Amino acid sequence: MIGYIVRRILVAIPTLLVIITLAFFMMRFAPGGPFDLERPMPEQTRQNLLASYGMDQPVAKQYVDYLVDLAQFDLGPSLKFRDKTVAQIISEGFPVSATVGLLSMALAVLVGTALGSLAALRQNTSVDYGVVGFATVGIVIPPFVVGPILALVVGIYLGWLPSGGLDPRHGMTLERLILPVVTLALPQIAIISRLMRASMIEVIRSNFIRTARAKGLSPFAVITRHALRAAILPLVSYLGPATAALLTGSIVIEQVFSLPGVGRQFVFAALQRDYTVVMGVVILYASLIILLNLIADLLYAVLNPKVKFD
Amino acid sequence: MTITRKLSLLLAAGASALALTACGGGGDSADSDLVVMHRGNGAEPLTLDPHKASGTWENNIIGDMFIGLFTENAEAEPIPGMATDWSVTDDGLSWTFTLREAVWSDGEPVTASDFEYAFRRILDPATLANYASLLYPIRNARAVNMGEMSPEELGVTAVDERTLRIDLEFPAPYLPGLLTHYTTFPVPQHVVEQYGDAWVQPQNIVTNGAYKLVNWRANDFVYVERNPLFWDNENVCVDEVFYYPTVDNPAAERRVRNGELDLNVDFAGQNLDFLRREIPDYVRVHPYLGIVYFAFNTTEGPFDDPRVRNALSMAVDREFIATDILRAGQIPAYSFVPPGVNEYPSDARVSWEDVPVEERREMARELLMEAGYGPDNPLEFEYSHRTTGDNPRIAPVVQQDWSLIADWVQPEIVGIETQIHYANLRAGDFSLGDGGWIGDYNDAYNFLFLGESDSVPMNYSRWSNPEYDALVEQANRTLDAEQRGDLLSDAEQILLDDSPYMPLVYYVNKALVNPNVTGWEDNLTHIHRTRYLCKADAG
Repeated sequence: MIGYIVRRILVAIPTLLVIITLAFFMMRFAPGGPFDLERPMPEQTRQNLLASYGMDQPVAKQYVDYLVDLAQFDLGPSLKFRDKTVAQIISEGFPVSATVGLLSMALAVLVGTALGSLAALRQNTSVDYGVVGFATVGIVIPPFVVGPILALVVGIYLGWLPSGGLDPRHGMTLERLILPVVTLALPQIAIISRLMRASMIEVIRSNFIRTARAKGLSPFAVITRHALRAAILPLVSYLGPATAALLTGSIVIEQVFSLPGVGRQFVFAALQRDYTVVMGVVILYASLIILLNLIADLLYAVLNPKVKFD
Repeated sequence: MTITRKLSLLLAAGASALALTACGGGGDSADSDLVVMHRGNGAEPLTLDPHKASGTWENNIIGDMFIGLFTENAEAEPIPGMATDWSVTDDGLSWTFTLREAVWSDGEPVTASDFEYAFRRILDPATLANYASLLYPIRNARAVNMGEMSPEELGVTAVDERTLRIDLEFPAPYLPGLLTHYTTFPVPQHVVEQYGDAWVQPQNIVTNGAYKLVNWRANDFVYVERNPLFWDNENVCVDEVFYYPTVDNPAAERRVRNGELDLNVDFAGQNLDFLRREIPDYVRVHPYLGIVYFAFNTTEGPFDDPRVRNALSMAVDREFIATDILRAGQIPAYSFVPPGVNEYPSDARVSWEDVPVEERREMARELLMEAGYGPDNPLEFEYSHRTTGDNPRIAPVVQQDWSLIADWVQPEIVGIETQIHYANLRAGDFSLGDGGWIGDYNDAYNFLFLGESDSVPMNYSRWSNPEYDALVEQANRTLDAEQRGDLLSDAEQILLDDSPYMPLVYYVNKALVNPNVTGWEDNLTHIHRTRYLCKADAG
């Protein structure tokens, strides 16, 4: 087991390197640069700025310099935010994105598995149709429609919750998180309940469930102890990358609810050619995916006795 | 572990996470007597260092914290700030200012040498200030900024502790307006020298204006509080200000309606009717010191021919674009300098302003045929535009306008990501492209310099007209304001007749302001310092 984890982490390093390399060169070869502004600056100033960030060097040299800095865990200064470093920007934005992401994932897993199981156990009844209908609607209506509607109805017409932003004095308070978390969770609930329903339907018809029933276990114990455990496996492999995606922030949610997360930062940085910020978030995102995939695989072994690591 | 236990653990974890975040939400610890202003500020500041800033949204914060020799009143007109008195030599080239007795927020006096230090710092190429070119009217400023002279040779001198002299390259009667700009703000020499670039961090910063920085969380807010040592502190009503980066207009509109924001400096133009219906008391629209224009690349065909440029310009129905597409009160533009500019006659116009657009299309066809185009030689060109804001909605309309000249006029529209579009304009890598200009200070020259041949690359059109350059140069050497205005107006007429730029509409500034906020005056430059604002329900 330990050996397996170490091997996986060692394999992750070249993977990360490939991602960093690709992202670095794609960014540099995209037309336009961080200092092409609406109001052009004098050429001399532009050259000085480029030089101060080492961007007057050949791209290959910049790449090597970047890797050397990175090896010392230095993500460099932002090219746009002149008073902040990339590490500062990410460390200010990531906790917000991660909190919203984790909470909505937790909500989605709870509600999604419950709804999915329910639909499977009551297959072809109105409960089932209701869940499937809800899931379809949840997938079809995108968050950038649901979000503003929720903000308008719950935030303004009903006046129950703030319509956006964090609390200026207390940051992430419960009332400010509810709407973004629910909005972000809705499509995930839909996906998870569909996955869960399909796999549950398959599992409850299998032989080991029949055996469990035959030996006289209560229906509740059969479902929770035997069926759920097997049915949740396909979900686990979905949850790894999905959690990584939610943790690193959703541009839509952050935009609609004015949240200071990294998702929004990432898109703006890409549009404004803030190379170092883009690289920083890409590295964070890639590392999270690798890590969460590893966790998903380990969970597999915990849940499924047939899987062994050696 | 069984799955039920696992699930209940997960539940517990989720619940405790919620509880954790919830305990931050206890009662509001702020003193309820304080007047707090929540300002939607449009975007995240890239910096709070006045020497590195370049955005209007940065100015909104920086100008609340610092005050230059001149400052703005509530109507955004220049009034004396740190200067109490000044005199100008007869040739208009040397200005001497007497400074107010005032202190920085740490109690140190604000001296003339803080100003001298600030001007030298921003023009020093090592500071990497991207807006320093605004100060080129100051003697030797350009040379210092280019690294050809040392900062000590700059024409800004601290004569004594409270006397500052500024020497100019040419008489610039608009100097008071320019001196309200953040590039001319003083910086605390003793703090900047101690902390270097980190002097603007909340724990280090020292200010001479009404507010000082407390906290800045990226993409969340900038938070400033009253500076009790500000010289006009007794007339300041608001105690604390939060500035939010409200990039998404609809989200900001909801937050203003909900009372979470007291004001937002913009709203989406297409929502104007909706907002006027729902929250009529909040909606503020006012002409803005800015213009949307298209630039022709005059260095290559087909736009090296003024007849072609004029033909395309006159064929565009600006009334339709302003009233039916943009719909937020924009004014159709038939000149390059917006109306309402100080000491400017504003009488230069395109010759065809009053001709109905159908007739103008006839004129355009004749002009193009004169220039050699026709069914056998179609006029094909590419019009590139920014893909942000209203620009994508304007593009198909002008394309249609041009196509209506004749079926052999064949425009192609290309939407380009904003950042790339600007790079292309700067490099001259375009044929016809859209652009916009917002005045830095209230003076006609701040628009007309875009036509000067030595303003390339800011002069995107690369138009070069010796007669125009000479007139602008002469105006800059003229002391009499009226005479100067006439000269600039003559120059503008040349620019309009030769048409390197095609004016489209003048901008409007839009804002949502809670009716509870008092002291807000709509104005041409859209600068609204918080020290003039208050709240009707403030104790």
